[in-house]
Amino acid sequence: MHPALSVIFFTTASGAGYGLLAVLGLYALIGRLPQDLGFGLSAMLVALGLVTAGLLSSTFHLGHPERAWRAVSQWKTSWLSREGVMALASYVPALAFGLAWCFPALAPLPLAPLGALAAAFAMGTVYTTAMIYRSLKPIHQWHNRHVVPGYLILALMSGAVLLLALAAVFRQPLPFLAPLCGVLLAAGLTAKWLYWSFVAASVGPAGPASAVGLPGATVRSIEWPHTERNYVLKEMGFQLARKHAKRVRAVAVWAGFVLPAVMVETVILLPEGLAALLAVPAALLMAAGLVAERWLFFAEARHTVTLYYGAASA
Amino acid sequence: MTSLPQATGKKLGLVIDLDTCVGCQACVTNCKEWNTGGHMAPLTDLNAYAAGADGVWFNRVHTYEISDHPACGAAPARTLHFPRSCLHCETPACVTVCPTGASYKRAADGIVLVNEDLCIGCKLCSWACPYGAREFDVVEGVMKKCTLCVDRIYNENLAEEDRVPACVLTCPTGARHFGDLGDPESDVSQLVAARGGVDLMPELGYAPTNKYLPPRPRRDTAAAVPEAEAELSPAPGGFLGWVDRLLSR
Repeated sequence: MHPALSVIFFTTASGAGYGLLAVLGLYALIGRLPQDLGFGLSAMLVALGLVTAGLLSSTFHLGHPERAWRAVSQWKTSWLSREGVMALASYVPALAFGLAWCFPALAPLPLAPLGALAAAFAMGTVYTTAMIYRSLKPIHQWHNRHVVPGYLILALMSGAVLLLALAAVFRQPLPFLAPLCGVLLAAGLTAKWLYWSFVAASVGPAGPASAVGLPGATVRSIEWPHTERNYVLKEMGFQLARKHAKRVRAVAVWAGFVLPAVMVETVILLPEGLAALLAVPAALLMAAGLVAERWLFFAEARHTVTLYYGAASA
Repeated sequence: MTSLPQATGKKLGLVIDLDTCVGCQACVTNCKEWNTGGHMAPLTDLNAYAAGADGVWFNRVHTYEISDHPACGAAPARTLHFPRSCLHCETPACVTVCPTGASYKRAADGIVLVNEDLCIGCKLCSWACPYGAREFDVVEGVMKKCTLCVDRIYNENLAEEDRVPACVLTCPTGARHFGDLGDPESDVSQLVAARGGVDLMPELGYAPTNKYLPPRPRRDTAAAVPEAEAELSPAPGGFLGWVDRLLSR
């Protein structure tokens, strides 16, 4: 599948934003969220800023962005529509939570339940995003049980590492955050390793013979219907050389998980004043690694229509 | 709107005979000709006369070499021409994934259509179609697809015999058939039953309405024809007889 930059940016940025909201909500739930206006405003701005920038970016690949509002109407059947509904709905608990946290005098609202609600809506939205891909039967690399856990864990993981960087900059104490980041980075790498093993070891149920309705036959494409690449091939016939996939995967593993994990755990050893020097680069490195991971998620996905153009499997 | 109808009154669709299709592209051409002025008009072309030519087509004909199939007989392989277009599935995920309600399946006849005024051009429906039937129009910014010539089959301005999809009307070998596949007594249903018509990629569960007739098993010998009578059975006499005997010696 064609790796469109707008969708890669949307899923990674909004994933990190929702993950950050979710981790903040969990700290509010256990009553360990530090009351600091600068930290609170910055964290909420980063979280909602990432979410909003991601949502806006996702409209850039539309043919008619001005009609995007129509996309919330078909929530009964469409995961994309459900994502739109959840994304809009999640602003309500997120903003209420932000108000209650940053301006407790102005908005004397119960912080713990609002945090839990904001976290639930945030992760719910990430779930709907993942289900858009999970539900597409023609793409075996998406239509499998590894996709939803991957999206959820990576969102929480990137949110936690982002929060660690923010907490270090503002020198705010958040108990157990560095160990939590380490656990989530390990979980994220495990989820992706399971996904990559699955993708390497299996192909979808349909093949070139069933594509033309002649099961059992050997089918070899000898002439395409067109001499140049058409929409179908440009959108769904993206081909990635194996050596490039290996390199991008190495970038995703090292920048997205391994190095950030080492840096995040080293933060524990550093005095408070120096933590930001390691936590901020760790978050930036992880972001780059996750962009590589998401690019691969699209580039390695193969659509059944390629069976008509000579692919042996999809 | 993107909820599928419980049942459709008719199941209009195509039956495509892979035995007789010769890959002439006439259906492709007439489809483009009719539909670029039809319900989903225009079928935009880009760089039509230069490198990088691209454009929207509803019907594409592939060519394959097939082997390990009864249609090959004793020969190692044979050529298969394969027209590919929307199959107007009974459970079309292209419809249910649509976030705006632009994609829909008609309850009356089962035809899958796009309302271009509602389409936001997110392309998700084209991802959801296993058969690559939907093509995005980059100029109009909306998705386009086969309409089963909805603007021909009910068109009272056309002579009754012309009220069939453009691809069916134009096929010079009679490889394309149109009718109600929901009615077991219809000509197309009878044809599918007689020839063992099949679904494409049934594993994915889209339940296509269109059916494909596999190529017939190949005969490796020609039908027996009585030996032709010798051209000059009675030997001529006289001078010609003498020449004939001389030359035949």
